[in-house]
Amino acid sequence: MADIQKIEPDSVFVKAVKEGLLAGALAFGLFFLIVGFRTDQNIRNELVLNQRWGLLAIFVLVAGIGRFLLTAYITPWSEARSKNKRAAVEKEQSAFRKSFPKIGLGLLLIYPFLVILILWAYNGSIMGGLQGSLKYVDNFGIQILIYVMLAWGLNIVVGLAGLLDLGYVAFYAVGAYSYALLSTHFGLSFWLLLPMAGIFAALWGIMLGFPVLRLRGDYLAIVTLAFGEIIRLVLINWTVVTKGTFGISGIAKATLFGIPFTPGPTGFAALLGLPNSGVYYKIFLYYLILLLALLTAWVTIRLRRMPIGRAWEALREDEIACRSLGINTTTTKLTAFATGAMFGGFAGSFFAARQGFVSPESFVFLESAIILAIVVLGGMGSLVGIAIAAAVMIGGTELLRELEFLKRIFGPDFTPELYRMLLFGLAMIVVMVWKPRGFVGNREPSAFLHKRKMVSSEFTKEGHG
Amino acid sequence: MEYFIQQSINGLTLGSIYGLIAIGYTMVYGIIGMINFAHGDVFMLGAFMAMIVFLALTTFIGGVPVVLALLLMMIVAMLLTGLWSWTIERLAYRPLRGSFRLAPLITAIGMSIALSNFVQVTQGPRNKPIPPLVNGGITIYGTNITVAYKQMVIIIVTVILLAAFWYLVNKTTLGRAQRSCEQDRKMAALLGIDVDKTISMTFVMGAMLAAVAGTLYLMFYGVISFTDGFTPGVKAFTAAVLGGIGSLPGAVVGGLLIGLIEALWSAYFSIDYKDVAAFSILAIVLIFLPSGILGRPEVEKV
Repeated sequence: MADIQKIEPDSVFVKAVKEGLLAGALAFGLFFLIVGFRTDQNIRNELVLNQRWGLLAIFVLVAGIGRFLLTAYITPWSEARSKNKRAAVEKEQSAFRKSFPKIGLGLLLIYPFLVILILWAYNGSIMGGLQGSLKYVDNFGIQILIYVMLAWGLNIVVGLAGLLDLGYVAFYAVGAYSYALLSTHFGLSFWLLLPMAGIFAALWGIMLGFPVLRLRGDYLAIVTLAFGEIIRLVLINWTVVTKGTFGISGIAKATLFGIPFTPGPTGFAALLGLPNSGVYYKIFLYYLILLLALLTAWVTIRLRRMPIGRAWEALREDEIACRSLGINTTTTKLTAFATGAMFGGFAGSFFAARQGFVSPESFVFLESAIILAIVVLGGMGSLVGIAIAAAVMIGGTELLRELEFLKRIFGPDFTPELYRMLLFGLAMIVVMVWKPRGFVGNREPSAFLHKRKMVSSEFTKEGHG
Repeated sequence: MEYFIQQSINGLTLGSIYGLIAIGYTMVYGIIGMINFAHGDVFMLGAFMAMIVFLALTTFIGGVPVVLALLLMMIVAMLLTGLWSWTIERLAYRPLRGSFRLAPLITAIGMSIALSNFVQVTQGPRNKPIPPLVNGGITIYGTNITVAYKQMVIIIVTVILLAAFWYLVNKTTLGRAQRSCEQDRKMAALLGIDVDKTISMTFVMGAMLAAVAGTLYLMFYGVISFTDGFTPGVKAFTAAVLGGIGSLPGAVVGGLLIGLIEALWSAYFSIDYKDVAAFSILAIVLIFLPSGILGRPEVEKV
């Protein structure tokens, strides 16, 4: 090593070799115990160690070689690329980016039929198309749209008002349980309970919001987290009402103007003379959640132009200036909490109607974290960015369930599902480090002089409150 | 009364573990103003390291004296968990320093999810039981109060560590650098303190204490699973906030208080709602005493 240093002390290659070796050594230290050994239970339920040096070697090699490549090739390349200057006002957006929301919306509207048509052509029969599309409409369409809606709802609290809420899932739970309980006990219909669930959640938002209004920033975050956990723990332990961890099952399905989606003669399929299939209900649910999500987006967009929405954004930018200009911060914060919570409640009652089953398992802190991550990854305040983030993060992890071909590579014991949350967590880190402002970091000002100019992400602010 | 004292002893033992974890939260928050959400999972990782060291000792060497085994478990877990924490800080937090406030919080949450699932993938999802390391206890003369030896171990180790830690923070150059970074990072950098290194060391120190807490947790409960990072992590954070975040004695006091509250609530009211009690107290304290018990009040700069 000494000789090499004398000849060429600053060569990128030598530096890369050194850093690669260091990274390999570091990886050996990190993974030596946790990867090198695997603990398993034997028949007597005692732990035994199995050694896995091959896997450890792979980890070390990947880390070392990865670091080497990064220093030697990728960093110089990206540095050369990023020498372009950053401007305060972004350059004119391309035609595609401008019309992206409309294209996306159009695609969302025809998505279930598109899936059915493609699968019909692929399978050659209409039944094949209908049954095959179940998975795509349900796992991808509805699942992603629920998160889009939740993230858009949370966006009102975090993105517009700048209040960091780590317990958003509590309102989702309130919505789901209000529908589940009122529907099973009183037999009320979905369409009546949907607004009621929203109102209940909004009331809870005010109730939880009121005491924490004086708190700011991280304190607010931790108290909202605590409230979220309290609601979940109460749902687990108040077994008389909630049936605890068993959850509430047999929740009534939603109906289309009184027409149930059941296989009987009065069902939707029979009335329209369509072949029997469960897919109609899924398609109905898909459009329902799409409608609810669009309602959230529409309300957000309209509210941003109203005094209350401007007050939220002002609060996010500078709370003290806000107060000195006579904005009542208490009501402003409370309305943000209540509005966000209301949409969480809507999503919750939809969730209960879709699953037909609710249990506290669905409302853990991880869900709050995922929703918040989607909001931040999408670029706080940007509806399109949030939708993209939800599609990438949720769709990506759902996609992992489908990767059967990986079993052929890694053997039949390999289950890609296990790696879902691991990859989700890593993706959160990678996206944040790569784009700290999220996918769509620039912001469209709601008030402007003469011409609406995009504010570059470098100049946007986030709240402290 | 005896029952009360007995429960208090149990609470203090639990509280010592929370206190050790809480120091990591409070130090990191003090210096860079960030909630290190992954800290609970670093604690879990430390417990797993200790568990694997214990198994390696029994498999490859055989009968090792308990004191030696515990010491080895703690030291190896401390070193490796420190290394993990250093790497985490380097990869996930340092690139975002000076970026906007929510970015490191999101990477921390991502790191927390990734760490617990990494352990699940590499070590399997089942609970990992180990045979009891320290058995027995003593009964205080004339009463029914028993103090298990493992509780004594926890309290003694905690006291020793806190003393060492107090010395490190108050009497050494590194500690001085840390305190100066906490007061004013920019000024500290101007005066020639390597701020990045100091922050790294803070993460490493926090993780080492968490690793010891993990070892003690493993010894006390005899079982660890990959999900065990979350609840102790949140409670330790609660403890840090309760004591006044940024204050080291506050973290210990907060930890002990949370432990006591939990034990006494379980004893006198309802064991199901013990976490609800801890979280409610957090909310109440924050609402009426936002800077915690020993924290400095937040100054609002205009």
